[in-house]
Amino acid sequence: MRQSYRIIPIYTADVSGVCSALYELGGMTVMHDPSGCNSTYNTHDEIRWYDQDSLIYISGLNEIDAIMGNDEKFIRDIEDAARALKPKFIALAGSPIPFMNGTDFPALAEMLEEDMNIPAFSVPTNGMHDYVYGAGIALAEIAERFTNPESRCTNPRSLNLLGVTPLDFGPLSHVQAMKRSLEQAGWEVLSTWAMGDDLDALARAGEAAVNLVVSSVGLRSAEVLKRKFGTPYVVGTPVGKFTERLVNILEQTVESREDTIAYLSNRLAGEAEITVIGEPVTMGSLAAAIEMQTKRPVQVLCPLRETEGLLSFNDAAVRGEEELEMRLKGAKNIVADPLYRPICPPESRFYELPHIAFSGRIYLKKLPVFAELCR
Amino acid sequence: MLKRVGDTIDTSDAVISIKDATFPAPFASQLEFNSPAHGNWNIVHTGMLLPQARQIYVCADNCMRGVVLTAAEMNAADRFSFVIIEEEHLLNGNLEDITIEGVADVIEKLPEHPKAVLLFTVCLHHFLGCDLERVYQELEERFPDIAFIRCYMDPIMQKTGLTPDQKLRKAMYDPLPQREADPKTIALLGSDFALDESSDLVQLLQKNGYTFKELPRCQSWEEYLELSKASLFVSCYPPGRYGARELADRLGRKHLYLPACFGYEEIASHLNALADALGLPKQDFQEEIESCEKALEQAKQEIGDMPITLDYMFHPRPLGLARLLISHGFAVKTVYLDAISLEEKEDFLWLQEHAPQLELAATIHVKMRVLPRGGEQEVLAIGQKAAWFCRSSHFVNMVQGGGLYGFDGIRKLAELMIEAFREEKDTESLVVQKGWGCDCCL
Repeated sequence: MRQSYRIIPIYTADVSGVCSALYELGGMTVMHDPSGCNSTYNTHDEIRWYDQDSLIYISGLNEIDAIMGNDEKFIRDIEDAARALKPKFIALAGSPIPFMNGTDFPALAEMLEEDMNIPAFSVPTNGMHDYVYGAGIALAEIAERFTNPESRCTNPRSLNLLGVTPLDFGPLSHVQAMKRSLEQAGWEVLSTWAMGDDLDALARAGEAAVNLVVSSVGLRSAEVLKRKFGTPYVVGTPVGKFTERLVNILEQTVESREDTIAYLSNRLAGEAEITVIGEPVTMGSLAAAIEMQTKRPVQVLCPLRETEGLLSFNDAAVRGEEELEMRLKGAKNIVADPLYRPICPPESRFYELPHIAFSGRIYLKKLPVFAELCR
Repeated sequence: MLKRVGDTIDTSDAVISIKDATFPAPFASQLEFNSPAHGNWNIVHTGMLLPQARQIYVCADNCMRGVVLTAAEMNAADRFSFVIIEEEHLLNGNLEDITIEGVADVIEKLPEHPKAVLLFTVCLHHFLGCDLERVYQELEERFPDIAFIRCYMDPIMQKTGLTPDQKLRKAMYDPLPQREADPKTIALLGSDFALDESSDLVQLLQKNGYTFKELPRCQSWEEYLELSKASLFVSCYPPGRYGARELADRLGRKHLYLPACFGYEEIASHLNALADALGLPKQDFQEEIESCEKALEQAKQEIGDMPITLDYMFHPRPLGLARLLISHGFAVKTVYLDAISLEEKEDFLWLQEHAPQLELAATIHVKMRVLPRGGEQEVLAIGQKAAWFCRSSHFVNMVQGGGLYGFDGIRKLAELMIEAFREEKDTESLVVQKGWGCDCCL
């Protein structure tokens, strides 16, 4: 049965995705939920919580207000907090009960914006999607509302990194390694969405010659930036030997202005000898890097929901523990988060690749620098 | 990146002097911040106390994430399963079906049936009017060898009624059968931690030939069932009181609520109430009190005027603890709490009179995210939240009162304070761990 899980956990959900994407941008993100989401987010989905401040709060919705549809307390509490803390924007994220009640978040955001004169928007989360959806829409809102429409490209070897959160990439030092690998190839990284840069840096995104979507989280914002500034995008993550190919495709894309999914080209046909599990863009790029290094076909199994156009011919989207366990039967070499180990064939060779969006902080100390894999 | 803005944000509404505080709600209910101190037990930790049982949760992704990783972090993923609720289940109104079939599917995949399943339903089941009776009836018919325990993860109800934690501490004793009471067996219910062997309560029972049972010491399902044999049920952790009383009513036994506390008179009254209930003579506690005085004096001599902060997560009676320390000359500066227990009214009033400048600081207030943490002077913190808010590496690392109880608990607290004063701890690595005292893979 697809919905039942005997032993493996579940990916970070949409609400945490919103918080993670907006964490460093100086706004205030409010989860509308009774309780629990806040603790779940900051314990398992947010490695910056201990010593890097961010205005992430929960509304503490109670039964009576939910039943009576009383949004006044929610609004009043947000306004009180905003007056004291002066955030650069306000983002609202809903959870299952407000979804069921049909809480009109766009209207509430509009009210807040009018009352407070602070930009406000909502992300249509309900706690039933994965993080890619929540984080992706949150960054798309930033692209829509905060990028300077007057920006024009000045450097043909400049780019923005889209879809960067600790959920996929870990601590900032790992992101900096990814940036360095591009800078060493002669590219200027104008902004990283959204780690290590503030809202002002992101506002200049329209100056880039091309956008590099390094995880599926960045796809929606890439589309917005394309519409707003005409910037083409490349989908792929710098990793090991694949980085060189990616850099070439970036250069071609600046010329052709055609969007490209870089890791799908030149993939090896034949029965997969290696299976990787996880987010489609990072794992697709890793698969390409492994193939370049080993000359052995690699298959990506993607348990996340947004996979359209992101998978290669050997790859598959999977839903639920049962299907994944079936797909893994006969797999010889598996690269995945350690918490997948219990459903892998005992005779398979297992290579640990921790993913915070899956196992949270459990393997944080063992998290490799993604860009430096397969060198 | 957000820069610390604490310098320009005043502390009003988040930190107040106790003389200005209202009882029992000193702070307004607003948006909530959650600090990174996670030692308090949650429903997963508590549920794992039930031997040979499995927890199964039925909820949406977002709610599931916290509990499934709690189990994984405590190396108990093999006793935890779940069923995911999706949008279609809400829209199609078939929440009963997905709950029954999902739970059944999980059980059928297990190599062997557990003795009990703690089945956690959530806010969505409640709001959609899910027929839980039908759910449990169906599951009990399909799996007659398993005890299905009705558990709830419905925090939306907790501000107007019982918390999920209180309900769990009741439900965990529901499978206990009616058994003949043994007049020489006493059971402690509702606590996460076994009481220290040296605690006054355990000592009183042991000296008088009683067998003392408590869930944290049960290693098997049969041992758990033996709790039914107790002729008297005792509870001492406030969230466990409701469940203990319900069980006592159901089995026709007596229940005594003897909460852990810090006042000599109250401790004595609790121990005498227990003695009364067992037909034992009242005790003279003068020697115990003198011993506590000596331990506190020794701690004071060592710690001196170093400022002390403490929090509600360390013990359910933070104001009682502040009163004990202040009345023995310690420089208690701040108590971190968000509400005041009704059990602490007397301590609150005493502190208003005798320590009017004592600070009360809300741990969940929005400003607590950005107000400066810690100052130039090192403080001795009692509790994890106090340690985080004060950036203290000299702290007593314990939650929910641990196994401390009575006069013995006061003496041990004094020792722990001395230890915290003498030795530095790695605060970050300790306070971020969930479920203090549980196995932890971090």
